[in-house]
Amino acid sequence: MLALLPSMAIVVADLAAAFLFLFGLKRMSSPVTAPSGIAYAGIGMVVAVLASFLYALSVGPEAQAHLWVNIGLALLALAIGGGLAWRSGSKAALTAMPQMVALLNGAGGGAAAAIAAIVLLGGVSAPAALVVTLAGALIGSISLSGSLIAWGKLDGLLKQPLRFKGQQIVNGAAFLVTLITGGYIGFCVLSGTEPLLAMPTVIAIFFALSLLFGVLMTLPIGGADMPVVISVYNAFTGLAVGLEGYSLQNPALMIAGMVVGAAGLMLTLLMARAMNRSVSNILFTNFGVAPKHKHS
Amino acid sequence: MDISIAGLAALYIFLLAGFAGWVIIGHVPAILHTPLMSGSNFVHGIVVVGGIFALLNASTLSEQMIGFLAVALGAANAAGGYVVTARMLAMFQTSHPAKPARKHKRKG
Repeated sequence: MLALLPSMAIVVADLAAAFLFLFGLKRMSSPVTAPSGIAYAGIGMVVAVLASFLYALSVGPEAQAHLWVNIGLALLALAIGGGLAWRSGSKAALTAMPQMVALLNGAGGGAAAAIAAIVLLGGVSAPAALVVTLAGALIGSISLSGSLIAWGKLDGLLKQPLRFKGQQIVNGAAFLVTLITGGYIGFCVLSGTEPLLAMPTVIAIFFALSLLFGVLMTLPIGGADMPVVISVYNAFTGLAVGLEGYSLQNPALMIAGMVVGAAGLMLTLLMARAMNRSVSNILFTNFGVAPKHKHS
Repeated sequence: MDISIAGLAALYIFLLAGFAGWVIIGHVPAILHTPLMSGSNFVHGIVVVGGIFALLNASTLSEQMIGFLAVALGAANAAGGYVVTARMLAMFQTSHPAKPARKHKRKG
């Protein structure tokens, strides 16, 4: 009974975190209660992160030998990633907040993609988990590279939207090739076929293609539309986190990720409506520098 | 094939969580769009927990390297998302004497 205590503590902490996230977001959706909303969500995050170190008590036998190194690495990564982001987040000018959000959102997408990479390289055999992990890898990678391009545009590093003739066809083809690669991984794993290249290589190609598509998709969109684009990628990262939560069998990730996925989608629609545009118009029609589209 | 409630629970979690997110954001005034985007950006920083789980269970060097990356990126997402959102929302503080009209800006 006592051996179950750590895993029960994780379950309770994750449940509390999921509740605090929802409660905090709800409070953030009204101007009067908004400032306290982020505090509630912050408490939830601290509780979940602290409890996650209890996973150390139940690691697999092959990871047992590396446990102390891994704990040290985790603390170091938390300090470096968290410290750097906290510093730059509190120092950045208020006018630079949109590009900060883009950068941080890209980091979240990258984290989800990295988790997907570990799961895929470790080998998943259940069909549902494999498909979900591949989808999360694709969406997380697109969110990572797309957010970085959005950050570059807002920060003034990329001045002009890159557009050329037949761009939609090139982007469509790139997306198709990415999907085929992902499908090929799924086919090889499920049917037990040896892939043409070594499996880690195929997985690396899949990630590279996903990242490339994120870049291609974001390059032609004008800087004025970037807030809506960031909102789209925010929803993407949420979705990727939710999907990887399923791969890791972690309900807190599933709930928080899917809440953000849906909330981000809703926010995207609201922001597009406030600009009197449709989301597909923003994403696929190469506008945004001088919006002069006539709605019929 | 055994269709048990346990196997379907994931689908129900996704369905209900998605609906909750949709409803919570349903009626927000336009001034809150950017802070809420930042706030939801903070919430998906929970991915750091998945990163910690993966890193603690890593047994090869490549797993450790990717796991380290996942934790560092997730921690950046969570910590940065918090401070950015808190700074944005501090402008809505009702005790702020300079702009008392701000809290009446809600749409009906």
